[in-house]
Amino acid sequence: MPTTLTVNRRVVEVEAAPDTPLLYVLMNDLELQGPRFGCGLAQCGSCSVLVDGVETRSCVTPLERVAGKSITTLEGLSAWYAQQKKLATAPDLHPLQQAVIDEQAIQCGYCYNGLIVKGAELLSQNAQPTDQQIRTAMNGHLCRCGTYPRMMKAIQRAARTMAGGAA
Amino acid sequence: MSEPTTPGAFPRRDFLKAGGALMVGFAIGVPVAAQQPAAGLPGAPDPNRLDTWVAIHSDNTATIFIGFVELGQGNSTALLQIAAEELDLEMSQVKTERVETGKTPNQGGTVASASISRGGPQIRLAAAEARQALLGLASVRLGVPPERLMVSRGVVSVVGEASTSVTYGALIGDRRFDVTYTGEAPLKDYRSYTVVGTSVPRHDIPAKARGTYVYMHHVRVPGMLHGRIVRPRGQGAYADGLRVVSVDPSSIDGIRGARVVRRRDFIGVVATDEWGAVRAAQQLKVVWDTPASLPATPAALFERMRSSPTIDRVAHDVGDTTAAFPTAAHVVARRYDAPYQAHAPFGPNCAIADVKGESAVVMCSSQNVYLSRTKLADVLQMPEQQITVQYYEGAGAFGHAPYNDAAQAAAVMSQEVAAPVRVQFMRWDEIGWDNYGPAHTSDVKIATDANGKFVAYEYHGWQHTWSQTDTTAQLAAGRPPTESATEGTRAQLVSTFNAGDMHVLPNWRIVNHRVPGMKGFLKGQSLRSPLDIAISFGSEQVVDELAYLANMDPYLFRRQNINGDRWLAVLTAVAEAAKWAPRRAGANVSSARVVTGRGIALGTHLASYGAAVAEIEVDTQTGVIVAKRMYGAIEAGQIVNPGIVESQITGMLIQAASRVLKEEVTFSPTGVTSVDWVSYPILRFAEAPEVTAVIVRRQDQPSTGAGEEAVAAGAAAIANAFFDATGVRLQEFPMTPARVLAALKKEGRA
Repeated sequence: MPTTLTVNRRVVEVEAAPDTPLLYVLMNDLELQGPRFGCGLAQCGSCSVLVDGVETRSCVTPLERVAGKSITTLEGLSAWYAQQKKLATAPDLHPLQQAVIDEQAIQCGYCYNGLIVKGAELLSQNAQPTDQQIRTAMNGHLCRCGTYPRMMKAIQRAARTMAGGAA
Repeated sequence: MSEPTTPGAFPRRDFLKAGGALMVGFAIGVPVAAQQPAAGLPGAPDPNRLDTWVAIHSDNTATIFIGFVELGQGNSTALLQIAAEELDLEMSQVKTERVETGKTPNQGGTVASASISRGGPQIRLAAAEARQALLGLASVRLGVPPERLMVSRGVVSVVGEASTSVTYGALIGDRRFDVTYTGEAPLKDYRSYTVVGTSVPRHDIPAKARGTYVYMHHVRVPGMLHGRIVRPRGQGAYADGLRVVSVDPSSIDGIRGARVVRRRDFIGVVATDEWGAVRAAQQLKVVWDTPASLPATPAALFERMRSSPTIDRVAHDVGDTTAAFPTAAHVVARRYDAPYQAHAPFGPNCAIADVKGESAVVMCSSQNVYLSRTKLADVLQMPEQQITVQYYEGAGAFGHAPYNDAAQAAAVMSQEVAAPVRVQFMRWDEIGWDNYGPAHTSDVKIATDANGKFVAYEYHGWQHTWSQTDTTAQLAAGRPPTESATEGTRAQLVSTFNAGDMHVLPNWRIVNHRVPGMKGFLKGQSLRSPLDIAISFGSEQVVDELAYLANMDPYLFRRQNINGDRWLAVLTAVAEAAKWAPRRAGANVSSARVVTGRGIALGTHLASYGAAVAEIEVDTQTGVIVAKRMYGAIEAGQIVNPGIVESQITGMLIQAASRVLKEEVTFSPTGVTSVDWVSYPILRFAEAPEVTAVIVRRQDQPSTGAGEEAVAAGAAAIANAFFDATGVRLQEFPMTPARVLAALKKEGRA
């Protein structure tokens, strides 16, 4: 029996087995590129998505557990942000994605799906996080290239952008 | 599923509609004539032809064919800057092609910081050659001698007559140059550069932030099966190989579409859906014969290295250390131990192979597609010329992660099941079956005279070399576990660069004790700045001890012994950045629970110059060290893109903290036990130091590499900061809480 869920504001039905981790559904059935496999153990955060606005490790989340729920992936982040901010149109990118580009924060970028999704969740709950709050919130997301300092700057920059009312 | 209707929500479909290449067919496009392999060469385009390197298109843009792969460190942007500069094009007018055997030139591996240092001059010369050829064509077309021509944004015009002009695209658009790459075209003076030396944004970052960048893990091909390898969680000794006693295919009977793939001792599973393959690999019952031949503990590993018969080579011998040591005022001799460490790319290795009777296409994240092809040819028993290897970026691995193993595993499975197979390692496959950065143990002895000037320096290092046989080749093709040749490359050895070059040393001796045979050891290969952390961790701590004995500040002590202006420049730059106020190390040791310290150190890889300062906190009750601030300076000759180099310095210092504080491959006699991020911890966001990156610019000098040369200094600076904080020295890393507490207890500090 197909499972119905909402992904990036679109209702979709998928045929995958109910115990299939959401990650494989997003990557293979829905052909999304944001969430990606890192460990399959919920240790690293590369597979993170928002489930009803809460950062969730899709690699250990069975499909059946998100039936009827609203999933937001990296691809849907700017629309999710626009909805939250009640903007008439979604910006091209979430402010944090733009800040990551402006700060040239990325090296290999594989972990940035998770870093951006988690950072966006943080900014939605705390518009002006302190350094310590950023470190605490982001601590479940690993980066092998050592870009933490630049990601810190990107989150701070995005917070300034969002406070300024600009997209 | 219901069909998505809004573009932007499901990018892969959009990509396909746009004619993109994410869903990749295996029909290889007919290469344009310019890229046809020359006769007699094994498929690589002829490096002596200009068309191998540069193509100019009708739209006045250029494709630069580069043999170096983008490993996530930004080299592809920097190499395009070099080409744009020499061709007088803007960055928006240059692009490159996917690295692929037979299509892109064979510039050797993307290793040892070689992209800019070795590849840069090749690309620069090719671009200059193309510019010269284009000026020749323009001269004929416009009827004026080349000396009267100038170029801007690919538009050639007559000096003083801007309206008399022709574009590169109009001159040769999409046709061959058909000229020899002489390497003798005149080059621009570096003082006139406008693109090289500027922080051009990386071309790959927007797509990476957006989620549209195509990593290896995103590629899918029609008819593809999902594969997983099946091995014990954690490798045993390399020389032993691995033997299958029995396999029970019925143990995965319940998984629809899943089947076992076996060739000799190679076991894998394939399934029509990925979750099926993952489950089958975990559920399959295999009985392995796993010899218990690894050392029982890390301490036993180092004893094994030291007690093995070794091949000893004197790498450097200046003066007479044996005669000099007895004349010295202060002598410090210490032993240091350094563990195996893992590449552990954040996304485990992934590859797709489609092996047919007469041909094979393999996609993987290789540092060297031509070498990967040679190895695949051996495993598949197929002539090299029939194999195409395409590079797709994976996650940053900083060295020789098991990408060849993944590629060969996909190829063997594809050959067995006669369908394309995608293999993605599980986390435990990646860390548990990595080619680790080899362990190292050393005896370091350094002496000074009464004025704190170096008298003698002696370094003895023990290490095995690098494994040459990938595990799939070992298991599926029965290939013996070979190792690199006796001498190996410089990166496998202690050398003058990383052991002593920074100091004036009147008597200086380096001896490598190579442990041959790799019996009872793990696979080893290059990991960012190979051996250098181990070497600097020891050498720079002994230097610090001598500064202490001379009652001197460690920065001023290094200054008075510094070897030349270039080392002095990075040492000075980092001290200034850190606002270093001279005092003797350990002068502020207190009995507080949390104590602070700072350390300074020098280090490098094979070229370039690195220096670092670390400020740390040590909790003397828990043994936890936190690196609070780090400063790193490097001088790497001409800097092509300062923004990228600063990003590299930042990453190097964070990795240095990670490797010296946390990272260690653990094992039992039967196998490796560090197989995920809990058992192989790395530095986390909350633990990351604030970082200041400093570049010492020498635009007049050749570029020498900036991707690994600050790691060793960063790690050693942390070690020296620990002494400053506690008055105690650690002779083994990682500096884990357990080791810290043991050392403090031994010295009566806890």
